[in-house]
Amino acid sequence: MTVFERHRLTPWLLLAPQLVIVALFFFWPAFASLRQAFYVQDAFGLGERFVGLANFERVLATAEYWRAAGVTLIFSIAVAAGAMGLALLFAVLADRVLRGSKLYRVLLTWPYAVAPAVAGLLWLFMFDPVLGVLSHGLALIGVHWNVHLDPTQALLLVVIASVWQQMSYNFVFFLAGLQMIPASLLEAAAIDGAGPFKRFATITLPLLSPTAFFLLVMNTVYVLFETFATIDNTTLGGPGGATRTLVYKLYEDGFVARDLGSSSAQSVLLMALVGLLTVVQFRYIERQVQY
Amino acid sequence: MRYSRPGLDRLTHVILVLGVLVFGLPVWLALTASTHSAGALQSGVAPLWFGDEGLANYWQLLSEPISGLGVSALRLLLNSLIMALGIAVGKIAISLLAAYAIVFFRFPCRTLCFWLIFVTLMLPIEVRIVPTYSVVARFGLIDTYAGMILPLIASATATFLLRQSFMSLPQELIEAARLDGAGPLRFLKDFVIPLSRTNLAALFVIMFLYGWNQYLWPLLAANSPEHATAVISLKNFVQATDTLPPWQLATAMAVLTILPPVAVIIAFQRFFVRGLTDLDK
Repeated sequence: MTVFERHRLTPWLLLAPQLVIVALFFFWPAFASLRQAFYVQDAFGLGERFVGLANFERVLATAEYWRAAGVTLIFSIAVAAGAMGLALLFAVLADRVLRGSKLYRVLLTWPYAVAPAVAGLLWLFMFDPVLGVLSHGLALIGVHWNVHLDPTQALLLVVIASVWQQMSYNFVFFLAGLQMIPASLLEAAAIDGAGPFKRFATITLPLLSPTAFFLLVMNTVYVLFETFATIDNTTLGGPGGATRTLVYKLYEDGFVARDLGSSSAQSVLLMALVGLLTVVQFRYIERQVQY
Repeated sequence: MRYSRPGLDRLTHVILVLGVLVFGLPVWLALTASTHSAGALQSGVAPLWFGDEGLANYWQLLSEPISGLGVSALRLLLNSLIMALGIAVGKIAISLLAAYAIVFFRFPCRTLCFWLIFVTLMLPIEVRIVPTYSVVARFGLIDTYAGMILPLIASATATFLLRQSFMSLPQELIEAARLDGAGPLRFLKDFVIPLSRTNLAALFVIMFLYGWNQYLWPLLAANSPEHATAVISLKNFVQATDTLPPWQLATAMAVLTILPPVAVIIAFQRFFVRGLTDLDK
């Protein structure tokens, strides 16, 4: 499909803007992180010395790091389960209806356009201890709800705000996946006497499993990175670190405490994690493209 | 396809309507709260219906400097718009050129270039935040629009999607252009861009939302209120105070902040769904 074989310089001119941006703002910082992870700066920021893996050992030896890793893991599982479960339910239903399916689609996808920071604020308002609608409702059944004091409730708040936002993303993919299932398959099963629930369990669900797997990876990436904004607008990582995720901790150590060695080591660990997730996701793409 | 089950059909609609209502509730409550006075809000539970202070609240936000920030919401929204458009247009422009070079030219290190762009997928801003800040500061770009936009505009996904889209252009058209004697720039302008219109529109919608909703990077790169965006201003309403937050203003600001992206997603629903499902595969 080559069209322009004789141009030597033109392709480089075309690529230059993207390559310059990538080099300056991606590779340079990434290598700086990588290098910094093996050095410590002295107290006055004047000199630095090579310390090998000491920064990593220091990070991995602290209980706070593992606490943040645990919070991130629980957060990811809760969001993936909640947002994917609800999305699958709504997608199956929206795929079933004849009338109004387009309207339902619009009315269930718009939360995707809401910034995670705003999602956090909206739910913070609903759970506000003084005038929140939900905290009042909970008070009626005897639950005292205060996200600023109770660690579990704080985590629940950011989980709910994230599920609310991420559901719409999952919904779009599940609906697209459902619409690709050949009608003839489902009709054949119906003729064989399989009811709607049986058809769902034996045909729809297995055919959706690649989509579900892909979404699992994407939801994990969402919790890892995007929820920073949700947390920073609601609980600020608290109370007592109950909502401090790995990225929130990286931000605190790097920008608030200014511990360069530790934050660089954390950056490198996160890069490795994202790398792993990208490889997993890429293998999924490869399987998808075989047609 | 329809298997007649009236009971199940009715249940389907009931659950969907319930879902729509529950998912709309947070925004509904923000909308109603933003039309009450501070005093009315403090007197009890958040109201489910509108008050009559709406105009006053929104007017105060848009026309007066916000306390603690010193700029009005109008300025914040303008900054958000500049950042979102800068990121969307920037991403599409540099990815279009890069994908064009990779698909339609043959040159040494072509595959390497593609991979260099592709691995940026593994380097989201959050993991390279501290050193990126140093690099941007070294260029003196902290607190400028360029500094807010440039570190976010490399796009592995856009380059990848456009590469796929170019590779599936009909071969006859490329032959026709060759017979026509079109040079690289004319071929791009007259054939490739018009034929990729739908993909470009879909990309634009996704990237606009991405740019508008950015949080961590503008929080650091825009450290004066003159460059603050709408999204990062919200924290100022709820976290800065020791007393009860001014919820009528916080919710009004939230409504103003989500209005543009929600309008875009509803108006361009078709492009949005296509862009999202193509982009992430």
